[in-house]
Amino acid sequence: MAPAQENVISVRNLRVGFGQRDVLKDLDLDLKRGEILGFVGASGSGKSVLARTILGLLPKRAGTIEAFGRNLDQVGEEERQAIERRWGVLFQGGALFSSLTVRQNIQFTLRENLHMSQRLMDEIAAAKLEMVGLPPDTGAKLPAELSGGMVKRAALARSLALDPEIVFLDEPTSGLDPISAGDFDDLILALQQTLGLTVFMVTHDLDSLHTVCDRVAALSNGKVIAVGPIESLLESKDPWLQAYFHGKRGRSRMSGKKK
Amino acid sequence: MTSGKARLKSLPFGVGANSVGVEPVFLQSELRGKKLVLSARGDWVAAHANEIEPQVESALKKQTRVDQIEIDASKVKRVDTIGAWLIERLKRNWESGGAKAAIVGLDPRYKVLLDEVAASNRQPPVPPKRETPLADTLAYIGMSAAESWVDLKALMQFLGHVMVAAGRVLMRPWSFRFTSVVNQIDRVGFRAVPIIVLIMFLIGAILAQQGIFHFRRFGAETYVVDMVGILVLREVGVLIVSIMIAGRSGSAYTAELGSMKMREEIDALRVMGFDPVEVLILPRLIALIIAMPLLTFIGSMSGLFGGGLVTWLYGGMPPEVFIERLRDAISRSTFEVGMIKAPFMAFVIGLIACVEGLRVAGSAESLGEHTTASVVKAIFLVIVLDGLFAIFFAGIDM
Ligand SMILES: Nc1ncnc2c1ncn2[C@@H]1O[C@H](COP(=O)(O)OP(=O)(O)OP(=O)(O)O)[C@@H](O)[C@H]1O
Ligand SMILES: [Mg+2]
Repeated sequence: MAPAQENVISVRNLRVGFGQRDVLKDLDLDLKRGEILGFVGASGSGKSVLARTILGLLPKRAGTIEAFGRNLDQVGEEERQAIERRWGVLFQGGALFSSLTVRQNIQFTLRENLHMSQRLMDEIAAAKLEMVGLPPDTGAKLPAELSGGMVKRAALARSLALDPEIVFLDEPTSGLDPISAGDFDDLILALQQTLGLTVFMVTHDLDSLHTVCDRVAALSNGKVIAVGPIESLLESKDPWLQAYFHGKRGRSRMSGKKK
Repeated sequence: MTSGKARLKSLPFGVGANSVGVEPVFLQSELRGKKLVLSARGDWVAAHANEIEPQVESALKKQTRVDQIEIDASKVKRVDTIGAWLIERLKRNWESGGAKAAIVGLDPRYKVLLDEVAASNRQPPVPPKRETPLADTLAYIGMSAAESWVDLKALMQFLGHVMVAAGRVLMRPWSFRFTSVVNQIDRVGFRAVPIIVLIMFLIGAILAQQGIFHFRRFGAETYVVDMVGILVLREVGVLIVSIMIAGRSGSAYTAELGSMKMREEIDALRVMGFDPVEVLILPRLIALIIAMPLLTFIGSMSGLFGGGLVTWLYGGMPPEVFIERLRDAISRSTFEVGMIKAPFMAFVIGLIACVEGLRVAGSAESLGEHTTASVVKAIFLVIVLDGLFAIFFAGIDM
């Protein structure tokens, strides 16, 4: 087991809501350095809301969020930007800049944050594209000219442009064919091993949960009801978790594995 | 369980690139016998890329005739994708010169990363061909000319489509989207009243003030009433209202339809068996055609009021005299000419706005482009149309 269990993100008593309704109530969660944390929950349970709140895109009603040991409420403008440069985000819908080509999208943070030569940026963009499994000519295309799966990959390439320490992935493999989804998992794993990447991955993909996630956290009724290695969640008595992992789809996957 | 569990976790990563001091020398070359040894050191990470790259390039420039190169990376502390690529670039450049290059001493945990970048960028993409500025300009002019033909065709095609949809609604009047029309009238008509009233009031006042100021020299101040009356009712009222509406509502139509187009909402309507022209465009056009004459009327009255107020306060002509003179100066046809034009202007503005909205493609930039185009074209066509009407009314003595 890894000795260093430093928390890169830690969330305490978080409450987030819209109007009358609280979507997240007193939620606690830790993300440890170097791990891949899978995050599961029913549709509409607030997974994206949690990610967006940590990223500072949604206001919280109560609680604290710490990133890299710093309370995000207490950091100044500059420090906050420095922290933001250390994480990358893959939004559920890709969120590529529609008026820039894929290459320019990937180079955007490089251009803004570092003073690199155009040649190096082009080479890096091409390398990133290749890493996420896109053909080189994709670089010159506009986001509107890509398929759904290609958008996902291009968005991942953009989120990795600065070699961040943490990446937030919101359903990275949804909408990909099984082979691509498998490649995507391998890619995440390779990046984690080589770059020491910490990954927060919202996913419904049972295969991803089994093969790449070190720990899995389950969200239900606004709280994290269980967190730990997938095996411990599989054994949980919680009815929702039972249904999630031992429902028809979960079962077929498990039996497939045993063969 | 799976291969995923066996991995390196105890990586001694500091809390970010910033915590390490700047090391100016990243690469040193040294000739050892027939072998060139390049020793890399420090953090080969994105934050230092702009210092590392020149050193890599200058090491390559000093290319002496050696056929064995060793890249010693044992002193490299950290590597990220950008650093790995620069090492790879170094190696690749020597190899392309026919030499043998090897990387030694690199921390084994970076092997996967290096292999990953080694596989990439094998064929650098050809940069797009650049034309000379003159050729570019000529090409641009040519394309714009061709574009205007395409524009005209699109407009005509769309007009046809609207007519067909209108015909269909006439055959089945119960399918007419009455609520939608009322909603649109509220947006483009009712809510535009304050700004139209204000603008036309000011225009009327300015016209009267200028008239009084200049006519006074000839002692012809009373003709100000004729000028303001005819100008506001016949020309300025409908023109200003058209321009305001093109900017206010035409642009809104284009932006709405354009963003619906971008998010495939229009395609969704179509596959559900609805005609987007009938559902989205006809109500908007009809609302504009109904609202515009009303706005023109309100605007003209406000203009006359502004003119009257100025002739009274600034020109010293009592309101009764102003109204008396106005009655003599204008006839019913003066008023009619302005009002007849209004629905035609509305139709042109609405048509252009909707065509441009439906031509939005993919990007946010395209949405902006078409919204601008919608306003510019609508105003241009409104003025052209006004000229044609002037010729027509002169021809029929109105
Ligand atoms: N901007 C918003 N305003 C109001 N309610 C919102 C807003 N964003 C999210 N919600 C609500 O918060 C809840 C959680 O949404 P969220 O997007 O986090 O779901 P999710 O868990 O990511 O689901 P999925 O798996 O479908 O992506 C939903 O009930 C949604 O209606
Ligand atoms: Mg979501």
